[in-house]
Amino acid sequence: MNLRYGLWVSCIAVSPLCGVVAGAEDAAAVAAGKSVFQLRCAPCHGADRGGDPAHALLPGTDALRIKYQGKVPALLEQRTDLTAPVLHVFLRHGTWSMPPFRKTELSDADIDHIAAYLAVASHSTGR
Amino acid sequence: MSILPPGLSARQFARVLAEFEGIVGKDWVFSGDEDIAPYRDHFSMLKGQPDELIPAAAVCPADVAQVQAIVRVANRYRTPLFAISTGKNFAYGGPAPNVRGSITVDLKRMNRVLEIDEKRHFAVVEPGVSYMDLYRTIQERNLKVWVDTADVGWGGLLGNAMERGTGYTMGPYRDHFSAHCGMEVVLANGELLRTGMGALPGSQTWHEYRHGFGPDPAGLFAQGGFGIVVKMGFRLMPQPEHWRTGLVTVPKRRDLVPLIDTVNYLTDLFVIGEPLYASPLRILKDDAAFVKAAEAFDEAELDRLAAAHSLHAWQVELQFYGSERSTLANWEWAKELVMRNIPGAQCFDGESLRVPVTQEQIERTTRPYPAPYASQMRRNVMHGVPKLYVWWMPSRTEEFPNSWNESHVGLFSLVGRSGEAVLKAQRDFDAIARQHGIRPASLYAISTPVNWHQTTFLMGNGAFGSSTHNETTPEAKIAQLKVLREVLKANAAAGYGDYRAPPVLQDAVSDQYSFNDHVLRRFNETLKDAIDPNGILLPGRGGVWPRALRALRGALRK
Repeated sequence: MNLRYGLWVSCIAVSPLCGVVAGAEDAAAVAAGKSVFQLRCAPCHGADRGGDPAHALLPGTDALRIKYQGKVPALLEQRTDLTAPVLHVFLRHGTWSMPPFRKTELSDADIDHIAAYLAVASHSTGR
Repeated sequence: MSILPPGLSARQFARVLAEFEGIVGKDWVFSGDEDIAPYRDHFSMLKGQPDELIPAAAVCPADVAQVQAIVRVANRYRTPLFAISTGKNFAYGGPAPNVRGSITVDLKRMNRVLEIDEKRHFAVVEPGVSYMDLYRTIQERNLKVWVDTADVGWGGLLGNAMERGTGYTMGPYRDHFSAHCGMEVVLANGELLRTGMGALPGSQTWHEYRHGFGPDPAGLFAQGGFGIVVKMGFRLMPQPEHWRTGLVTVPKRRDLVPLIDTVNYLTDLFVIGEPLYASPLRILKDDAAFVKAAEAFDEAELDRLAAAHSLHAWQVELQFYGSERSTLANWEWAKELVMRNIPGAQCFDGESLRVPVTQEQIERTTRPYPAPYASQMRRNVMHGVPKLYVWWMPSRTEEFPNSWNESHVGLFSLVGRSGEAVLKAQRDFDAIARQHGIRPASLYAISTPVNWHQTTFLMGNGAFGSSTHNETTPEAKIAQLKVLREVLKANAAAGYGDYRAPPVLQDAVSDQYSFNDHVLRRFNETLKDAIDPNGILLPGRGGVWPRALRALRGALRK
């Protein structure tokens, strides 16, 4: 746990956009990332909320809303700090109730593409 | 390589991995700690402990021939394999094996939808196909068939069926193993077997008549280690034209008996999909007088308090699939039966929606009934639409803003499908919980069963209720595990067995099924030793241990 936290912190501290800028300029990577995000991430972290307020239909978005209380966006597509190294740590080890994802589910390239997409998506939302 | 497979030296293990790399390629064999991390059970109660169920490696075949080759290598080295499909068996062990040091055969790369027959209503899929994958394919092809999905749609059809998982639509579809229609299996010696009509070369009916001729071994592959299923057919529900719901409430506690009798009649005539039971009295859970009466199972007082609050004791929500007219006729008939059988019952019209419903209709909160009666329907699963909506259960929520359920475990006991059995089970589970110092998640006196499998009820007992967001330290988790084992023993003594369990508890559940000196388990293990003499396939799965590793039975946290 400490190792993971340490890696997460170092990624944030060293380079807020490490590994993202080049990918963000690559339209193919962004498009691929958007596709993977919508397929694999959006079912839990998507933007559309509905249902019973006590049990939101998108648990990932709702968990982050409760965690950050508006200080950090609950929507991943509005985040600017989810660089490829950060995503690799979270997705390969899991975090809280989000389990880890195997390389057969999400390849390393998929994760890089998601990071590229999130970088663009967050810019397009003006954050 | 911090873990070695049982019985292998580091050198032998390295040779096994090299052989696997020769079969699937270097990119698809994983053995380092980082790459193995996602193959651990994220919710393990033994996380970080020396006996946590972690594989030594993972190998990821892309086709059946590679699976056969992997099995043959494992046989030569006598090293145990553990197969996963999508690896999402959370609450029941996730992707973790029964034996620490197993080599996981990750079948996720085999992810093709092989066939969908819209006219004969079946699909054939590979192990890596999730409910979401099949649903998406059906939508892309604009086909008029439904897949009965598990609650969490990232799971796989094959893996869920192997675990005897369940869904929510009509009875024959929501029992996912019973809805299978033909499978292809790699045996321990690497041979490929087809069940049912698949054994007849050129058969046109593999996915319509699953039994074939003579003994059918299909059941051996569910919750067992008799083979690796690499292809499987599933019956699909034809898309109805209309969906309708209605709510029935009954005033008194003992009215649960005729209520369940009536609903069973409708269920077994295939008039309704899954019925959802609940108690409207749960809104009184903070009322001291009510809690006192509920904890004492004081039926007269519970009925008095219900009447004083103008509440009914029980409710059941019914759902009807068909045409607009047929669903209305069936609801009218259901109301007629209810009013005939249960004095004082009330019936409320619910939703009436043309199918397919829209995404907006799926997401909209359903509140069709007058307060305080609430709908329990999650429309997505009732309409075969896979989502991750219920993942709030182990997650950070408004109720638990600073924790998550680190020991998310599912344990449900089979309870007779009658009101008498449910009322008895409430008392039994309450007594067992108290005996083991478990704080129930809710009041047992108003707990209700789920009718996931059409012909029986399941009820979460004290074991399930104890799995809360609160047990977060390693010591607390181990203590919790110990309590769960004791609860399972007490359940068995009272006549209750569980239908499914994580690996860490599978021996404890298997112990429940002990008729005639465990003859069922001895029979299975006799077969296991004959079919898989080196004991390489999923040893310990379902409590069935091969001779070579039988000493491990119950060894975990003994």
